[in-house]
Amino acid sequence: MSHERWTVTFIVSRRKGEQPPHFQSFQLEVDPDEYVLDGVERIWAFHDRSLVFRHACHHSTCGACGMLVNGVEKLTCITPIRSVTSNGGKVKVEPLRNFPVISDLSVDMSTFYTRMEETCAPQVVPVRGSALPYEKGLFEQADPAYERLADCIECGCCISACPVAVTTPEYQGPAVLAAAQQAFSLTGHAGLLEKMDGADGVWRCHSGFECTAVCPSNVDPAWRIMDLRRKVIGRRIKRLFGLAK
Amino acid sequence: MAFSKPHIIVIGAGFTGCALAYDLARRGMDVTVIERGEIASGTSGRTHGLLHSGGRYCVSDQESAVECIQENIILRKIARQCIEFNGGLFVALTEEDAAYAPRFAEGAAACGIEIEQISPQEALRLEPNLNPKVLTVFTVPDGSFDPLRLALAFAASGRYFGAQFHPYHEAQVLVFDGQRRVKGVRVLNRTDGSTREVHGDLVVNATGAWAGKVLAGSGAQVNVTPTPGVMVAYDRRLINRPINRLTPPSDGDIIIPQRRMMVIGTTSYEAEDVDYIPVEDEQVQQMYSDAVALVPGVAGCRMRGAYMSARPLVGKGQSGRSLARTFKCFDHLEADGIDGLVTITGGKATTCRVMAEKTADLVCKKLGLSIACETHAYALRSYRDYYTPNGGRP
Repeated sequence: MSHERWTVTFIVSRRKGEQPPHFQSFQLEVDPDEYVLDGVERIWAFHDRSLVFRHACHHSTCGACGMLVNGVEKLTCITPIRSVTSNGGKVKVEPLRNFPVISDLSVDMSTFYTRMEETCAPQVVPVRGSALPYEKGLFEQADPAYERLADCIECGCCISACPVAVTTPEYQGPAVLAAAQQAFSLTGHAGLLEKMDGADGVWRCHSGFECTAVCPSNVDPAWRIMDLRRKVIGRRIKRLFGLAK
Repeated sequence: MAFSKPHIIVIGAGFTGCALAYDLARRGMDVTVIERGEIASGTSGRTHGLLHSGGRYCVSDQESAVECIQENIILRKIARQCIEFNGGLFVALTEEDAAYAPRFAEGAAACGIEIEQISPQEALRLEPNLNPKVLTVFTVPDGSFDPLRLALAFAASGRYFGAQFHPYHEAQVLVFDGQRRVKGVRVLNRTDGSTREVHGDLVVNATGAWAGKVLAGSGAQVNVTPTPGVMVAYDRRLINRPINRLTPPSDGDIIIPQRRMMVIGTTSYEAEDVDYIPVEDEQVQQMYSDAVALVPGVAGCRMRGAYMSARPLVGKGQSGRSLARTFKCFDHLEADGIDGLVTITGGKATTCRVMAEKTADLVCKKLGLSIACETHAYALRSYRDYYTPNGGRP
């Protein structure tokens, strides 16, 4: 937070019912250290009460406020306005890609949440082992009894950023594959590998790491997809030698 | 004559509205929930996520403290899916803090909160990033929860029992039957701009800090003081359990771990308009200093977010800190001579289930029904089922 004041134009994607979508501009006085979501909320509070957007926790634990900001997936509650524009500049806000739009900036998460549920990935995981293997030493000292909320906040940013997700709605998508990887690591449930071993699972990914680039929550879905591929291949080899059912 | 289920309209899908929808639906009623935003987009979503042991209130507000510990134990059973439960600490940093310890211990015992005094060395072994100058330390059964997912779990369970949720639908005005009886709500569908009336046997106003605003012009009244507090999130997890300052409730008295973060809260001031309350820089700075006092390593963290949440405190005319954190449900027939209308407000996230239970009890009483609450005894449905097409029903 600062006492600096900027004038910024928010260009907001609007869609109501069957009417054609369009953009609407709002000029706001902002503190550049405020977050993009603060700007969106002020547009609703003081300029246009019909604006629909999804938000809840305002500190990156819930994943409700993922949007496109100047073309890039952002969790808007932790994206300072300073980081996406300059004084006199523009902030273009659109709903996430690859999800049906409910209205304006809000998208329908039902297919995504249904798939996440099918992986049985828990939200609460042991603290020890909850970091990625390459984050050496992080949380490794923690008492084995300690638990924490998992990294994935199910914001959908990775699905929106995934260029192959647009090729078919059947593709599970990065967050779901990452959830399967984490669930398998915790439970060893082989059914998960079978489920994800297919064109709509681990093999459609083109290893472009766009998901990891936009993930606001340290999940590194691309690393997890690559790891899931290793696990899927490992299981196939074991089966070949009759070592797994 | 065919038995027709009573139809209850709940305005608001925060913790209370979601828990109430579940409770009423589980008791066999038809429930329609009208919510202006999405689930938990008001006060609820922005709570700091402390699963209260009741320790914070065990001296000043024992009624709230007892509610907290009872509900803490129940939520740990029914909502494990979204709770980090590693216990918590109350720590004294000054002689003045330490002098509060006997009253704290007495209060906790009186409220049935299991605490244990441990040595500063033991506390530092449990939490190596704690301020090494701690003088007196107690363990408490605190935890932290994911605010959205807790609300979603109640909403999912409500959907499982048939409750209908209408997010992005704003209650514009209460509809009366020509007498002094509420028969429904006129609702604006914010996704397409259309309006319609929804009729029911009873309307419950579960809009928390907005409870007064929703009733404006209806003749019904409720005394709620929106009392916001500022919170700041930092980008590292240096503790595994909530660290409370061992003092009477005051600003910046708790740090809560959440995922890979920590959240410090909170301040307390009064707001007139709850729809938009700015986060003031001075309060963010104050939170930072308070956080560093408890966990010095916060100085090496990056701020991840700063936000505020408006508590719905029942009553007016006293300073926010002195208003009780307990809840109240009002039958507007008794208070204002208006029938068919109940308001539930006040309370805390930790106590949302019992708030719903008492409100559903009042609804039953008004309808002349006698159906027992069961929500304390069964685990909630997976929060993700809220978004599944049939609410997770086979």
